[in-house]
Order: sequence, then structure tokens, then C-alpha cells
Amino acid sequence: MSTDTINALVLFANFILVPGITYGSQLALGALGITLVYAVLRFSNFAHGDTMAFGCMFTILATWWLQSMGVSLGPLPTALLALPVGIAMTAALVLIFDKLVYKHYREQKSAPVVFVIASVGVMFVTNGLVRFIIGPNDQQFSDGMRFLVRARDFKKATGLDEGLTIKLTQGLSVVIAIVAMLMLFYFLQRTRTGKAMRAYSDNEDLALLSGIDPKRVVMITWLIVAALTTLAGVLYGLDKSFKPFTYFQLLLPMFAAAIVGGVGKPLGAILGGFIVAFSEILLTYAYKKLIGYVAGERPEGLVQLLSTDYKFAVSFMILVVVLLWRPTGILRGKTI
Amino acid sequence: MNQLTRGLLGFSAMAACLIAVGVMQSWTLSFTIINMCLISAVMALGVNIQWGYAGLFNAGIVGFTALGGLAAMLVSTPPVKGAWQAGGVSLFFSLLALIAVVIAVNALRRYIPAGRLRSVGTVVLIVGGFFFIRYFYAPAVDAIESFDPARTGFLGGLGAPILFSWLVGGLFAAGAAWLIGKISLGLRSDYLAIATLGIAEIIVAMLKNEDWLSRGVKNVSGLPRPVPYEIELQQTPWFVERVTNFYAAELPVDATARAAELQQKLIEASSLFVKLCYTGLFLSVLLLVLWLAYRAQRAPWGRMMRAIRDNEDAANAMGKDVTRRHLQVFVMGSAVVGIAGAMMTTLEGQLTPGTYNPLRYTFLIWVMVIIGGSGNNIGSVLGAFIVWFGWVQAEPLGQWVIDHGTAWMGDGHTLREHMLENASHMRLIIMGTVLLMVMRFSPNGLIPETNRQ
Repeated sequence: MSTDTINALVLFANFILVPGITYGSQLALGALGITLVYAVLRFSNFAHGDTMAFGCMFTILATWWLQSMGVSLGPLPTALLALPVGIAMTAALVLIFDKLVYKHYREQKSAPVVFVIASVGVMFVTNGLVRFIIGPNDQQFSDGMRFLVRARDFKKATGLDEGLTIKLTQGLSVVIAIVAMLMLFYFLQRTRTGKAMRAYSDNEDLALLSGIDPKRVVMITWLIVAALTTLAGVLYGLDKSFKPFTYFQLLLPMFAAAIVGGVGKPLGAILGGFIVAFSEILLTYAYKKLIGYVAGERPEGLVQLLSTDYKFAVSFMILVVVLLWRPTGILRGKTI
Repeated sequence: MNQLTRGLLGFSAMAACLIAVGVMQSWTLSFTIINMCLISAVMALGVNIQWGYAGLFNAGIVGFTALGGLAAMLVSTPPVKGAWQAGGVSLFFSLLALIAVVIAVNALRRYIPAGRLRSVGTVVLIVGGFFFIRYFYAPAVDAIESFDPARTGFLGGLGAPILFSWLVGGLFAAGAAWLIGKISLGLRSDYLAIATLGIAEIIVAMLKNEDWLSRGVKNVSGLPRPVPYEIELQQTPWFVERVTNFYAAELPVDATARAAELQQKLIEASSLFVKLCYTGLFLSVLLLVLWLAYRAQRAPWGRMMRAIRDNEDAANAMGKDVTRRHLQVFVMGSAVVGIAGAMMTTLEGQLTPGTYNPLRYTFLIWVMVIIGGSGNNIGSVLGAFIVWFGWVQAEPLGQWVIDHGTAWMGDGHTLREHMLENASHMRLIIMGTVLLMVMRFSPNGLIPETNRQ
């Protein structure tokens, strides 16, 4: 392989592969939450993005408190230590909303669209709470070591023109997401409660007949969703930054991920998360340098398919393609 | 309590509130609120046509509003000749290229049987077409945007009367709604919600970034008005005469004091007069839409829509094309929202793409519809008045409550300062809570739907 090819590969890894995998794992965690709510509670949760922001906010507050006490995790971000606080607060929030809002409509057997509108109300309240408590502005809360691999060190070690940067938060996102997903799948496939959850999702009446307690299933679903969303929110916030409106906007890519993979299918949500993340990055990346390495000379212009301002349009396009071509998603999810 | 008493009671209470604002704060403020209430009422009617008549959840109201706003700008601003000369021709070619690609894709999908060849061919055509269009489009955009960017840098519009744009805004929104409805209706019920959420975000992103079209975040200000300007009014003899006569008793006798006082009164009166003109225009649109919606609801068409909403399967079995009816009603409702969007931009006199916020438009309008009474048009109008009034007045109220509630902490207390600073976000919490409470405890809203057979 010539140096140019290797340079091209490094460039590809640095700007597409690493960010794609990171963003993909964050989206997958978020989409898993949406899909679980859909599978068990049977509605599209519009409050999901703001729940993510809520969990992240309490993690940030706890992080600040820990930092003020002088506690730190050394090279790892202190936020990891504060995660349980965020998860606990989010769990409390979603359980309260379930008791006050969704439970009533479940008992009434309301149409899915009524749940959706109720979730819009919940979104409003959660969004207001987040803005009221922490404000609408950007917050940085990442501390500890910044990089796993530095571009400068990489260049020195390999002698290449292109550097590879891997931030600690990127590595953490992937590792934590994998661990969380493995735990989730172990829980769903192997434990009694997990099986009950899947049975309830497949056929509610049959599940009730076989003695599954629906209240318990719903509660456990919300607890898992709280943990997953908080994780997704904190990892995204550590990697980029925390801003309430950005989290609201993440709703669209997360929905797209859940639908592309097949709504109600956890594996589909993960697949969808990576599809959406990579499409977003592949379509908004400027290929000028990469083509330069591959073809020998750099083309004029940036060779960018879409400006980054339109990255949300990518999720939408994927959504449209899937709706037209296979409305149930790649893994054949549910339809109502 | 029947519908009529509820309606009368609600509207009288609302009128009392607005009069109170007029007396205690100022009449100009009162009419500013009324104008926005009227626009919100038209929007709420549009949403109620979709939700109340057909049970469709549109989560992209902000996008249709923005399209209406774009129409107002495109119709009323004079064309920028230089920009047209700089990039008009290649922009036209890129439009031709777009049409050619669409025709080619359609032909391919019509004449080649389903299979691998067709799928691959479609993808190749679309990707190739993208670059083909870009070949003309990119230089056109560069040329247009670099033409006098400080003052123009966009194509401008038609230079036609702005009132005409209300229709165009409706057409724009209807077009977008048709496209999105065609894709997502007939599938799972919440796909429409998600798809509209997406299209709205794209429309707003386009308005913010396609500078050649809308000037993006640089805004287009100074749109021509359908009503007189304050400055002109203050110099129009009949207006001056009217104001002088009206205030004849109050004006001081001394000549200089009298002139100064009159000038002051003239400024106030002209601004109020302009607001009143807008109120008249908006009210006529509202009444027209209300009348049409009422007629439609009472016609066989309305009965059919209710039948479809209440039992899709039964209506389907009776031979009604549910998806097509849904598409029809979705397009109509969105068109009404588009008209309201154009009206709002007309009122503001400028297109500010940066201000289209889904929380402020989409979801607030939903609160209006649900509170007013889904399925009831008068209810939606009342809901729009109450919620907009509440939205405007909740901010000072929230500030006041927090100010007094935390007074015991003493000035300079961190928590108190923080809460005062973020008080404006309280209204999101209030609106959300109100929405949830109404849905739970009074699901029919303030004025429930009349159950006419």
C-alpha cells in the first residue's frame, strides 16, 4: 500500500469512522429507549429528547457538586460518578409522569395518538423544567483526560501526514454503549422479567393470561428507559456539549433510527442508530482531501454533498426512503 | 351548561381581560395581543380541521407557518434585478435539471418492471441527478449571494401586493402537506407526526440557510404593508382632523402646549389605527375560514369525515377511501396554517427565519386546540385567545410570583437570582401542565364538539 492510500484510510478513520461509531452508539442508546417505550407502552414518545436532557442535567449538577467537593475520577470524567444521580432522578421523573399521565390512558385503552399528544405535554413540562433549572445555554462538563490518541503523537509515531484523534469521550461512548446493550440483551433474553417484558410486548392479552403483572412490566420498562436515555444524554453531552434545544432536535434522528431498524425491535434500534449516524456523516463530510489522496490531485471545491446545516435532513430522507420502501423497517417491526 | 352559554361565557371573559389590558396597560398593547390571537386562531382552526375532523396529528405546524412567511416575503418584496442577472439563468437551468431528473426517475419506475435493475437504476439516477442539478445550482447560488450581500444577496420577490401572498402561502403549505401526506398517510398513525416533525425542521433549516431565497438569518425587513404607515397617517388631513375633534375637550388652550399634546395623541392614535386595520383584515379571514369550516362540517362531507375518524374500518367497509380523505383534510388544514403564517409575517413586516421555534409554534397551537375543544371550531378560536393571552401575560406573572415568593430569601441570594433569571421558562411548564390537565380531566375541552347526527 502506498503512503497515499494509508493517509486516505487514516483520514477516513479520523473524520468518518470514529465520529460515526461514537455518534452511532449514542443514537442507538437513545433509539433503544424509544423502541422499548413503543414495544411495551405502544406509543411514540415525543418527550424522549427532553427526558434525555433532564437526565443529563442532573448528572451535570451532581458533577459540579462532586467537583466542588474535590472528588474526581482521575483520567475519567467525573460525570461517570454522577451518573447514578442522573439515572435516579430520570427514573423518578418518568415514573411520576407514568402515574400521573400515561396510566390513565392505558386504563382507558386510548388511541396511540392520544398518548402521543400526552407525551407532547410531558415534553413541554420536562423542557420547561430543564430550562428553568439549568438555563437554555451551552454547558461543558467534561473533565479528566481529553484524548486517547492525539493527532500529533500519531503523526510522530507513524510518520504519516494525516493524524488520528480519538477523544476519551468517544472511546467511553462506544465502550459504555456496548456494555449497556449487552446487559440489556442479557436481561431481555435470559431473565424471567425480561422474558415477561417481551411476552407483554408481543401479545398483551396472552401475557396477562399467563399471569404476567402488567404494572411491573411497565415500571421496569420505564426504569430501563430512564437508564438508557440518561446514558445516551450524558455520553452525547460529554462528547459534544449540553444544550437543551439540541436534545430536543435529537428526537428526529432517534425516531428515524428506531423506525429504520424496525419499531419495537431493540436490535433494529441499534442498527438504525448506526445507519443514521453514518449517513449523516457521510453525506455532510467534505471529501476534498480524501479524493486528493485517492486520485492523486485535489479537486476544486469542498466536494461536500450537503452542508452540515442540513444534517437533520439526512435523518428525514432516510425516514422517507424507509416509509416508501419498507414501512415496517429493516427488521420488520410492528405496525398498527 | 350548553355549548352556547359556555362559548358566550368564555368569549366575554376573554373580552373583559383584553379590555382590562387596554385600560390598565395600553390599548395599543391590547390590540397587539388581539392581532396575534386572531392569527393563532386561524392556525388553531387549521389544526382543528386536521385533528378534530380526522384525528390526524400534525407535529410540523412551525414548518407550514414558515412556508406562509416565505410566501409573504416572495410575493411582496421587489425583485433584485442585479441578482437575477447574475444567477437567474443558471438557476433556471437547475430547475429544468430538477424537472428532468424527476421525469427520468418516474419514467424508469413506470417502464422497467420491479426488480434489482429498477432499484439500482433509481438510486443511480437520483445520485447522478443530484450532481447534475448541483452543476447548475451551485454557481447560481454563489452568483446571487455575492450580489451586494450587505443589502440584498437574494433574488427578491415579485413586488406584488402583500395581501395576495396569503393565498400563495396557503398554496405553498398545501403543496408541502400533499408531499408529506402522500408519503406517510395510510401507514401507522404516528408516522405522520414524526414525518411532519421532520419536514418542519427541514423547511426552517432551508429558510435559515438558503440565503439566495430568503436571505437566511440576515432577515428580510421592511416588507410593504397592506395598511397605511403611521408617519403618513400623522400627516393626512382627515386623520389629523378626526383626532383633533376627538380630543378637543382634553387639549390645552395654550398653542405650543396644544401642538405638543396633539402630536403625542397623533402618534398614539396612528399606531392604534394601524393595529385596528390589521385586526379588521385578520378578523375577516378568521370569519371566512370559520364559515367555510362550519359549512364543510355540516355538509355530507363533514359527516363522512366524522364517520372515518370515529371508525376507520367501518367507513372503509362502506367504500370510503380513508387514506385519500385523510390526505385531503391534511392538505386543507395545512393550507389554513400557511395562510396564517403569511398573515403573521405581514403583521411583523419582516421575515425572520431564526425565530421559527417548534415549541413556540407547533406545540403551543396544539395546546390551543386541545384546550378549546377538539372538533369544535369556535372552541379552537376561544382556545387560541386564551392560550395566547396566557402565553403573553404568563411571563410577567411568573416573574411577579417568583419575585414575591422568594422575597424572604433577600436580595442577592443565588437561588433567588437564578430563579428570577429563568422565570420566563416557567410558562413552558405552565402550558404543559394545563395541556395535561385538560386532556385528563376535561378531554372535550372548554367547548365540546356538538354531536350532530
